[in-house]
Amino acid sequence: MLHTFAIYLDNKPGGLNRIASLVRRRAFNIESLTVGHTETAGVSRMTVVVDTDEYGARRLEAHLSKLVPVRRVENITATPSIARDLALIKVAATGDARTQVMQLVDVYRARIIDVSPESLVIETTGTEDKIDSLLEVLRPYGVIEMVRTGRVAMARGTGPIEKAVPKGAAPAAIAGDVSGGSV
Amino acid sequence: MRLTGAQILWEALVRQGVTDVFGYPGGAILPAYDAMLGYPIHHILVRHEQGATHMADGYARASGRVGVAIATSGPGATNMVTGIATAMMDSSPIVCITGQVGSKLIGSDAFQETDITGITLPITKHNYLVTRAEDVAPAILEAFAVAKAGRPGPVLVDITKDAQQSSCEVDWAAAEPHLTETVDEALPGEGDYRDAIRLIDAAERPLILAGHGVMQSGAEREVLALAERAHIPICVTLLGLGGVPASHPLNLGMMGMHGEAWVNHAIQEADLLIALGMRFDDRVTGNLKTYAPTARKIHVDIDRTELNKNVRVDVAIAKDLRAALVEWLPHVGTRDHPAWFERIDTLKGDSAVRDIQNLPDSGHLYAAHVINDLWRLTGGNALVVTDVGQHQMWEAQYYKHERSRSLITSGGLGTMGFALPAAIGAKVACPDAEVWVVCGDGGFQMTMPELATVVQEGLDINVAIINNGYLGMVRQWQEFFYERRYAATPLIGPDFAKLAQAFGIDGVAVTRRADVAAAVEAARRSGRAALIDFQVEQEDSVYPMVPAGADLHKMIRRPSPLAETAAD
Repeated sequence: MLHTFAIYLDNKPGGLNRIASLVRRRAFNIESLTVGHTETAGVSRMTVVVDTDEYGARRLEAHLSKLVPVRRVENITATPSIARDLALIKVAATGDARTQVMQLVDVYRARIIDVSPESLVIETTGTEDKIDSLLEVLRPYGVIEMVRTGRVAMARGTGPIEKAVPKGAAPAAIAGDVSGGSV
Repeated sequence: MRLTGAQILWEALVRQGVTDVFGYPGGAILPAYDAMLGYPIHHILVRHEQGATHMADGYARASGRVGVAIATSGPGATNMVTGIATAMMDSSPIVCITGQVGSKLIGSDAFQETDITGITLPITKHNYLVTRAEDVAPAILEAFAVAKAGRPGPVLVDITKDAQQSSCEVDWAAAEPHLTETVDEALPGEGDYRDAIRLIDAAERPLILAGHGVMQSGAEREVLALAERAHIPICVTLLGLGGVPASHPLNLGMMGMHGEAWVNHAIQEADLLIALGMRFDDRVTGNLKTYAPTARKIHVDIDRTELNKNVRVDVAIAKDLRAALVEWLPHVGTRDHPAWFERIDTLKGDSAVRDIQNLPDSGHLYAAHVINDLWRLTGGNALVVTDVGQHQMWEAQYYKHERSRSLITSGGLGTMGFALPAAIGAKVACPDAEVWVVCGDGGFQMTMPELATVVQEGLDINVAIINNGYLGMVRQWQEFFYERRYAATPLIGPDFAKLAQAFGIDGVAVTRRADVAAAVEAARRSGRAALIDFQVEQEDSVYPMVPAGADLHKMIRRPSPLAETAAD
């Protein structure tokens, strides 16, 4: 089954490479991976989705925790959480089709963010299911291009967020740590 | 006071208590070497950077301190890869320092540039690329902390040439590492020690599996205390040899592919396995589907990634072993398991008559005889460093290790060429120890130039080559599983005795058992390095053997004229 991990790590070059290399090395497959800044300066947050069983998930969580730049790992698969994906979809839309596409966009509570004579660009956020479903209904009109962010997720309530703040001081800043290229 | 990055490096090493480093100079590390002369650190010049890493590893395993290896960029760094991977697999704390091209040149394919932090990412606990003098001290101090923390292992620090050359003020207090605290709370599925105690109290056929972690954690006394209190037999992994005295009545011997037959049978019949500081490697479990089918399992390891990895267990505890046992011991009830010990005696069955020590003397020199004699003649007190292959297994079977850290061997990675350099590191760490290399003729030829290092350092290390003219373990597999097609295993070696003499080391060849004792005694008495070329039976095999992936109890046994028809 799909497991979603929230990983807090020092925002230093090479961090993404360390996580991705670990997951590859331990023979797991990444379904989706997103990374960005957090509310704490110097700390990045990754959301990694991996397809594995319970034992695999536990082992991966333990492996991730061992990485020196990693401050905290949360498997938020089972915790009540909000997961969102963002997609930009460019659809061919002229004449009648344009009206129909705009109606579908309304139904899905998506937004049109760019209009050209031949096409529309639709922005939507939501669960992967919702975006998959929107994509299905748009496909007959001609999807010219699409980009998706992959899943970002956050636990509901305050629990994991509080715990995510590191207890000790930050690891010594090694400005030159650019192993394996930059994030 | 301003120091150059190179001076900061040595100052940091001195502050970590480092007295010896193993290395090889080159262009990108030259500023560091130049600064070295101003610091009280002894540098051992190796003959190949792989040797430097094995020496640091041997140093660490013999002493429990962090070993340090140093090399230049490019080929110097890549030559270290095998030694780093070896230390990673066997949880040996080493810090490798490499020079790197100037920071402005990184990424330009400069002369002797290589992405060593990228290359060693999966085989180090962590690594650093340092491009500024200001970052040298924090990186080195953190590297030592990481190498020692939790499950030990290798750390690499790659320092650019300009970082070594430029200078800065150092605030040593600020440079102290602040590693993020490890999360102590158990992960889902991990157990409570009280569950372990309940299983131990209820067991009728319990068995302790003791691994390398017993020594790493310093839990030798606690393991024995647990075994003695609850009357539990102990078996050990290859890297666990010495953690429990071989002569202790509860110690059954080694488990696994070339373990004692009765040990493997006992594992298969046990109703409780208590795995302490070991990791259920495929070489000790055989077929996982049929492994210890009737046993509940308790697993204690400091590295929680090992829990439920290969073998699903009933109680998994991620904790320092000694701390865990100290917590358990007051709660463990006194038990007695006479029926279980009686059963184990039965399992020993005809093993004694199959033992090569008890076979009629055919006039041939057998490796097992050599090692058994070496054990007797050294009073079991030598620090033995073995390579990889048949001789390694015979050593494990016939040299009875009574003390922790008295056997150093490459277990996880199985690195041929490990023994001689690792022995050099061990001797540097423990100058008073009687150090013996036990090595095959194949593995010895991989790193034999380090004999020059032995001579240059004036080290008293004795080398026993178990020379059978084959890559013996591979030949054995070809004999058993490839219908004796000996592809690429017959091996021509040099005249090892003459070779030793060319290096300035006493060398002698032995072909008869009657001459073993005299040669060993001469080597021991000489007070300097000696090499003995034991030319042994060429096509002998290591028994018992669990074929790779086979059920643990389905062993190939040594054919015995007295037990031809005995069941497995």
